[in-house]
Amino acid sequence: MTVAAIALNRFGLGAQPDDGVPDDPKAYLLAQFDRYDPRPPALAEAQTTAAVSSELAAYFDAQRQNRADRKAPPGAMMPAAGGTPPAMTASPPMQPAMTGQKPSAPTGAPLDPVMEARRLAQRQNRQVYIDSAGLRANAALATSAPMVERLVHFWANHFAVSADKLEVIGLAGPFEFEAIRPHVLGSFRDMLYAVERHPAMLIYLDQAQSIGPDSPFGARAAQRNPKRRPGLNENLAREIMELHTLGVRTGYTQADVTEFARAMTGWTTAGLGRGGGGGARNAGNPGDFVFVPQLHEPGVRTIMGKSYPQQGEAQAAAVLDDLAVHPATAKHVATKLVRHFVADDPPPAVVKRCEGAFLKSDGDLPTVYRALIDSPEAWAPQPAKFKTPWEWSISMMRALGMQQIGAQQIFGLQQQLGQPVWKPGQPSGWDDIAGSWAGPDAIMRRVEAAQRFAARAGQVIDARERAEQLFPGTLTPATRQAIARAESPQQAVALMLVAPEFMRR
Amino acid sequence: MIVTRRRFVSWGSAAALSALAPRIAFAAAPTDRRFVFIIQRGAADGLGTLAPVGDPAFAPARGPLAEDFATGAKLDGMFTLHPALAGVAGLYKGGEALFAHAVASPYRDRSHFDGQNVLETGGTSAYSVKDGWLNRLLGVLPEPEKRGMAIAATVPMALRGKVDVASYAPSALPDASDDLIARVTTLYASDPQLHELWEQAVATRQLTGDLAANNGQNAAATGTLAAKLLAPADGARVAMIETGGWDTHAGQRGRLAAQLKGLDAMIGALKAGMGPLWSDTMVLVATEFGRTVAVNGTGGTDHGTASAAMLFGGAVKGGRVIADWPGLTQADLYEGRDLKPTTSLDAFIAGAAAEHFGIEPARMAKALFPTVGPVKPVEGLARV
Repeated sequence: MTVAAIALNRFGLGAQPDDGVPDDPKAYLLAQFDRYDPRPPALAEAQTTAAVSSELAAYFDAQRQNRADRKAPPGAMMPAAGGTPPAMTASPPMQPAMTGQKPSAPTGAPLDPVMEARRLAQRQNRQVYIDSAGLRANAALATSAPMVERLVHFWANHFAVSADKLEVIGLAGPFEFEAIRPHVLGSFRDMLYAVERHPAMLIYLDQAQSIGPDSPFGARAAQRNPKRRPGLNENLAREIMELHTLGVRTGYTQADVTEFARAMTGWTTAGLGRGGGGGARNAGNPGDFVFVPQLHEPGVRTIMGKSYPQQGEAQAAAVLDDLAVHPATAKHVATKLVRHFVADDPPPAVVKRCEGAFLKSDGDLPTVYRALIDSPEAWAPQPAKFKTPWEWSISMMRALGMQQIGAQQIFGLQQQLGQPVWKPGQPSGWDDIAGSWAGPDAIMRRVEAAQRFAARAGQVIDARERAEQLFPGTLTPATRQAIARAESPQQAVALMLVAPEFMRR
Repeated sequence: MIVTRRRFVSWGSAAALSALAPRIAFAAAPTDRRFVFIIQRGAADGLGTLAPVGDPAFAPARGPLAEDFATGAKLDGMFTLHPALAGVAGLYKGGEALFAHAVASPYRDRSHFDGQNVLETGGTSAYSVKDGWLNRLLGVLPEPEKRGMAIAATVPMALRGKVDVASYAPSALPDASDDLIARVTTLYASDPQLHELWEQAVATRQLTGDLAANNGQNAAATGTLAAKLLAPADGARVAMIETGGWDTHAGQRGRLAAQLKGLDAMIGALKAGMGPLWSDTMVLVATEFGRTVAVNGTGGTDHGTASAAMLFGGAVKGGRVIADWPGLTQADLYEGRDLKPTTSLDAFIAGAAAEHFGIEPARMAKALFPTVGPVKPVEGLARV
């Protein structure tokens, strides 16, 4: 690959037909830092965390009311299906409703909680989750700062939430738009704060339900029913240390995780409370971050040998401050960033440089990106990264000059290609290595998708010319020949979209 | 039975080798055996799957989660199956289901991703081994049986390695035209990575035919699909199915019941789809580690250590639970919180695979778990 092709494809999201060839590739990348728009026009219609949270809160209120009505004495109207909806107590994986079947509750009849949950999930799914995925794609198609947009996708995956729970379905998009986008060119600490305090994360990793056993609330509840003592949930605390900051096997112990979980008790979100402490969480607008002192485990915490005497909200904040600039965090973040941009096996020298930049700047992200851009290894001519389904899809649409894509279309395409948007199914996000994406069936699907997109775009595109624009100075004779010999313009475009040059970056 | 012994011949003894030479040839001959590995990603709760209700510490530790087992199938004086596993209970009764409890891989921390890597690579620590044990299992099988398949769009770690494997998941995209397929073949001819992947993709496409109509969304459909890929004479002999959703940090009672119901349906569909080949089939179900003995403050359980593993199939000498039960009193727990591992999952897998494929156990153990040190395979798991 030429350096121009690398700037467009490895660092960016693939060239667009009118991109031209950047004559100073490094300057071209750095200039994007000034051009980047955290709230571009493409996202003007994006749903907000506040709006989605309000709808969820109203739903939970109605459900609580519904339950209270059902406990009313005999004689009151009772629906046949009993019990709490499983979706509400158990947070099971929710399949996105793609079929569009209509909810069928007659008006005036007592609400069936299962039906209500399903209806809400469908609405959040269709009107927020899928739409947000469409906006995300459109922002990536319209951007003049593709490297920074790529970084948005990178960080959203680093701080992954997965739309497997009812609440996360609608909040996943607003989470990226509000907690990731504004901080992608800021400090790591600020992004960490925004992320860990967002309702999507607090709910996805169960923090919103965690309760200090000896907190005022915990103690009262234990008194009322000693058999069902409420208590800690260590999920978010663990994943902050393992995935978001230090990285796995970096010296912290199970005891540190538990202590951090204790420090974090009380960190929750307003209006979306379920289970214990719900009433105490209603301060503030739905979805706001709130600290609820009644849930906080009292006492001094000791984490990785350091004592945290702060009380209340400040305790976990002090831990986060330390984690945000910890040398292990610098190494973890640098390694993932280099793996994303340079190679599945990140070259140690580049990692070292980025790690140093992180430490010296206390986690100033543009400083780290500059160190990456300045690393000669990042410009190695051999394409070392196999595109993920998202990367391949966006670059394909950019190559075809598409300005817009329908939400349902990009959403469905990502499902077919094996990377449903905001649904990695695990808090570690999607893998960033070829082994996860370069499978036989995965390639076949790309060929099928390319055929379908090319059938629509192919007539007006001369693939022979377009391919030279997309990969300046880089096309192999085999690709050139395959495109030239195609039986139709559409087929030529399809072949261009699955050429080896196009599968990698 | 003498015939069963023949399949356990040691390769080390020259005398035995000459005396039993024709029998070794028999052992290496291809058969109809099928092996399926179902991975439970997210650390499935063994105590919530196969409950040690006979342990007096169980019910107090589990509180409401223990209540489910009032209606489950009672397997013996100690263990009761979760009631969602009704089909599995039937298999157990028919001698086609076997459980091992308090098992763990060599991994002793509590990270899903590291734990899954150890489970899938068969190493002792995360990322120390670069290929998967299921792929190495293919490596020791006779040529016509070296056919592995991932029921997934990409190949999971356990199946990655030297032996080429296929992957398949149903697609709703329109099929690519035969002409485009042929041209892509030419386009990829000089790209080693894409060439190899493409060959596999095309071969699988021919094998599966009209399966794309099946959307494979639910567990039973996946079981049926797996059976369709395994049953043909030229189909896969070794397959892996990935299941997720086992990380039950909150509201475990309803969620685990739903998960287990899905697993039950998947196993049922697999058996139905395999037909008579079920008698030559072994299905292994395992997870990266277990969950805490105590219920956390949110009706769930956190990351733990030992869990349960399962074998299903006509080839399994079932109707038994294998467990050196460590006990659940506080003093008995691993690090004061988790079910203590007393049986090596590696030994369980090595024993099952060795007997199923008629390969000498020590040799199988070395092939599957080369860096683990001496693994003493568990004996008597398969009908041989």
